[in-house]
Amino acid sequence: MSGKSVMGGGYGEYSAYTALELGAMVQSRQVGVEELARAALDAAKASNGDINAFITFSDDVAMSQARAVQSRIDSGDIPSRLAGVPVAVKDNISARGVLTTCASLILDGYTPMYDATVVERLRGAGTVMIGKLNMDEFAMGSTTETSAYGPARNPWDTERCPGGSSGGAAAAVAAGVAPFALGSDTGGSIRQPAAFCGVTGHKPTYGAVSRWGLVAYGSSLDQIGPIARDARDCAAAMTALSGEDTRDGTSMPYVFDDSAVLRADADALKGLRFGIPREAFETGLDPSVKSLALDAVDLLSDLGASVEWFPFPMFRHAVPAYYIIASAEAASNLSRYDGIRYGRGAAEPGLTLDEAIVRARSEGFGREVKRRLMLGNFALSAGYYDAYYNKALQAKTLLRGEYDSAFQRFDIIITPTAPTTAMRLGESLDDPLAMYLGDVYTVPVNLAGLPAVSLPCGFAGDGMPAGMQFIGRAFDDVGVLRAAVAYQSVTGWHKEGYHAAV
Amino acid sequence: MKLTDDITLRVAKLSGIRLTEPETAAMTRDLGAIVGYFDILNELDTAGVEPRAHILPLVNRWREDVVTPSSDRDELIANAPARRDGYVAAPKTFEGGGSS
Repeated sequence: MSGKSVMGGGYGEYSAYTALELGAMVQSRQVGVEELARAALDAAKASNGDINAFITFSDDVAMSQARAVQSRIDSGDIPSRLAGVPVAVKDNISARGVLTTCASLILDGYTPMYDATVVERLRGAGTVMIGKLNMDEFAMGSTTETSAYGPARNPWDTERCPGGSSGGAAAAVAAGVAPFALGSDTGGSIRQPAAFCGVTGHKPTYGAVSRWGLVAYGSSLDQIGPIARDARDCAAAMTALSGEDTRDGTSMPYVFDDSAVLRADADALKGLRFGIPREAFETGLDPSVKSLALDAVDLLSDLGASVEWFPFPMFRHAVPAYYIIASAEAASNLSRYDGIRYGRGAAEPGLTLDEAIVRARSEGFGREVKRRLMLGNFALSAGYYDAYYNKALQAKTLLRGEYDSAFQRFDIIITPTAPTTAMRLGESLDDPLAMYLGDVYTVPVNLAGLPAVSLPCGFAGDGMPAGMQFIGRAFDDVGVLRAAVAYQSVTGWHKEGYHAAV
Repeated sequence: MKLTDDITLRVAKLSGIRLTEPETAAMTRDLGAIVGYFDILNELDTAGVEPRAHILPLVNRWREDVVTPSSDRDELIANAPARRDGYVAAPKTFEGGGSS
């Protein structure tokens, strides 16, 4: 490693605990909610010079939520297992009265007047929001280097990126600063940073968690989900987050219940049928990441699961289909930024309306965002629509068909989360196509709308954590997280890097 | 397919983005590599395949039409970089005088 590691819980006395452990401590009144919130804020601030995981600290919101939760707990009202636990939220999720920048200059200074549904639900569950997390600009990127607020850094090696786009979320959780965090995942943005930082991240089934208040990127693909230290914490967070929301027309009447997940042990793997797509292990995969994933497959088999290889020919077509669809939706969604109604405007007298809008967008968007808006408008434009956009939608239909037939034979599909470990800072930005190809394992899952959890499966040749993902049937979030909890009940990868509390 | 600076500039205009000359050249290079790679989609036989815009089995969803409080006006426009007389201020859409 070239940079320094800041792992080991050095930022605060509660760094060594999981969210559920902290919840139990607070709810049994061993620790006060305000004390815990203050400690988390102090730790987050102390870490920011090293890992730059936060864009905004929400001290006032945190302390007032903490007081309210403490009085509920004092009166015997414990709203959820996570009551009293600090949480941090990716900066594309709206929180009333708290800056929400999407790490973009064009939203500089923007303060939403409403809470996203998930922020409301986290508050209802009694958690305490300590701040907003760094990310790739508008969630477009795989390294958190496209942020207008500077790159976040990987706590395992601060010369490396934490992945992206929810890089701040994964870094904050890995460094023991936030017990858990909310990210968003359009093409891997929860799972890939979780893998790069050695933590656990769950991308829910499309429709399982409300997107109301999430700043839109690719609306048919975006999902909000948790990043945490282990799959148990992810399950507890899913219980707080799931449930139908009439404000999001794609939100489904699905309620996640963590009780079966939290009870799971190695026995839960017995008889479970895992499928391994052959193409996913053929080319372009770092040999040490590959062997770690295959070790995990062997372990699952030893524990009584059945594992079987199967052909998945659509595998290599998912990246182009994804980037066409996501970029096309982004081109439409981001057309709302005009520098007039919110954010940073080009308030220069004498400009015409068109000139002012073009000026605000040209100065406000970074290079990667411009690239994707243009790619999307290209794919949607006359003469190219059928060859690119429509073709991508057809590829999506075929891809979902391949998953559907695989899930007639298997309960869970297993692949690496990413073909490599975390890249060094500055290594990826000049070759966008290479960066897109790094999303090869994660984007098919979004196109098909399926749930998938990324969990640590060991350390690669370079000493960095590697992740694998369990992909499940639509609305079988319980199934994938149950299998993840079972795997983590017999492995210790997710506990590496955390020393006992001071 | 081959991307040219002309296509790049046309798409930039559609995107409401102005590019400098060096930015245009870089964008043509990057988008050209990306779009060139995306041509592997042509390997797929998609004859008769339905283009699937959405993954959920949803058509229209209805709810009761209920009156709820709307947003506070001052709060709504507080984020606008320029405001005048309780409105969002923007450059003129059309030149010249006349009544609206």
